[in-house]
Amino acid sequence: MTATAIRIRESALDPAKAMYSATLPAGEPWLHEVKQGQTLRIVDLEGNQAADILFYNRHDTDEHYSVTDTILHQGGIYLTTGSVLMSSEGRPMLTIVADTCGRHDTLGGACAAESNTVRYALHKKYMHSCRDNYLLAIQHSDSGLTKADLVPNINFFMNVPVTADGQLKFDDGVSGPGKYVELRAEMDLWVLVSNCPQLNNPCNAYNPTPVQFLIWG
Amino acid sequence: MNPLLTPTAAVDIDTRWQQIAPDLPAEKVLFSDVIPGGCHWSWMLPRGTTLRLVAQDAGANLSVVLYNARQKLERYNMPDSLKAQHTAHYSRGHVLMSDMGCAMASITADSLGWHDPLGLLLDAPRMRAKYGEHGYQQYRNGMYRSGRDGLLIEIGKYGLTRRDLVAPVNFFSKVSVDAEGRFAYHPHHARAGDHVDLRLDMDVIVAVSAAPHPLDPRQDYAPAAVGLTAWRSGPARQDDFCRGFRPECARALHNTDMQYLA
Repeated sequence: MTATAIRIRESALDPAKAMYSATLPAGEPWLHEVKQGQTLRIVDLEGNQAADILFYNRHDTDEHYSVTDTILHQGGIYLTTGSVLMSSEGRPMLTIVADTCGRHDTLGGACAAESNTVRYALHKKYMHSCRDNYLLAIQHSDSGLTKADLVPNINFFMNVPVTADGQLKFDDGVSGPGKYVELRAEMDLWVLVSNCPQLNNPCNAYNPTPVQFLIWG
Repeated sequence: MNPLLTPTAAVDIDTRWQQIAPDLPAEKVLFSDVIPGGCHWSWMLPRGTTLRLVAQDAGANLSVVLYNARQKLERYNMPDSLKAQHTAHYSRGHVLMSDMGCAMASITADSLGWHDPLGLLLDAPRMRAKYGEHGYQQYRNGMYRSGRDGLLIEIGKYGLTRRDLVAPVNFFSKVSVDAEGRFAYHPHHARAGDHVDLRLDMDVIVAVSAAPHPLDPRQDYAPAAVGLTAWRSGPARQDDFCRGFRPECARALHNTDMQYLA
């Protein structure tokens, strides 16, 4: 079993040699392919942003990132260097190979208009949300993904501790400007991202900011 | 006497509600059943029905998933439920919420104080690695069954596939999390007779498996049976305990009420 304490590890990869680099503004979606063996780096450019991300098998999208398989496999809820992201078929999808943040959330899920009505107030439903980003990205794609595929996601750079007495807390982020997490793809993937636009809680320090994606072949 | 509760020579109606839920008035009881350890079943049930779930022995685990019977794309959502209520355990007052911001079911009574919402599920490879091969050919209906396969069978009956299988609630189990995020399974949590009332706030498909929790450290595959009695409770009233438990619960129940405008 992998312990899930914070494990900081820097990467030796050179951003100048990346085959792909893109900056995603706050509140925008991103759907991109990553091939087996490639390395994906996600950079929290300005700090305390939440990048809400889902992964799918590129050749069989019924196989998706599974929070329950992942946390059962490693025996704990936080993601950091060495964590293996498992699929709903119990197979490794990606491995976290570097992490200068040290803790990423598996339980907080993605915001939605509907969940905003529950968490804050009925009239919050017209605010932009991660679910809208996900739906927009997949509606405009030929991925075959639908709402049924919007399963619990990873919130990179977000800190959602669980206490020993069973409370779920939304703490200040452990991330900061320029911190990054790097993942090696263990299969061909779709990567579905919402760069979270939530303004009702401190998950983005009330100031959503851009994130950067780099891919090495 | 309600004919649906009265066995005949031809119809072997289950009468164990008298043991499972002896305090319930007979005129409100709809049916009862006992899910043998490891086994699975599902029902399509209307809003206003309450399920009394009763551990028949120590160490019971019942994995439960919920889908809106009118619109199966709406389903139970673990993260939305947990973050709305700032909780990593379920007890009386908590509401199981859908991905569409609606109350699907509410916990209206509970003898335990902690049911596991983290959704860990025993799959067949893990089951075989832990308990060994124990298939039908040799063991007939004493074969070992995994929670994942049990739930896949049940949701498959409604056209739902593996991509639709959501993280379940593991009733009767307790898993806490330490400061480094590691799981601690509490092996002596549920005892025989422990019970929970789950009120269905919308018309739902409810699928269950009584297979062992994947963190259960016992070396033998001996999951406990779980008794079930469905009774007519009516939907949440305005003075309902769960509505008052947290404002988020009130809003989720309101959102469901909006699906049932006359």
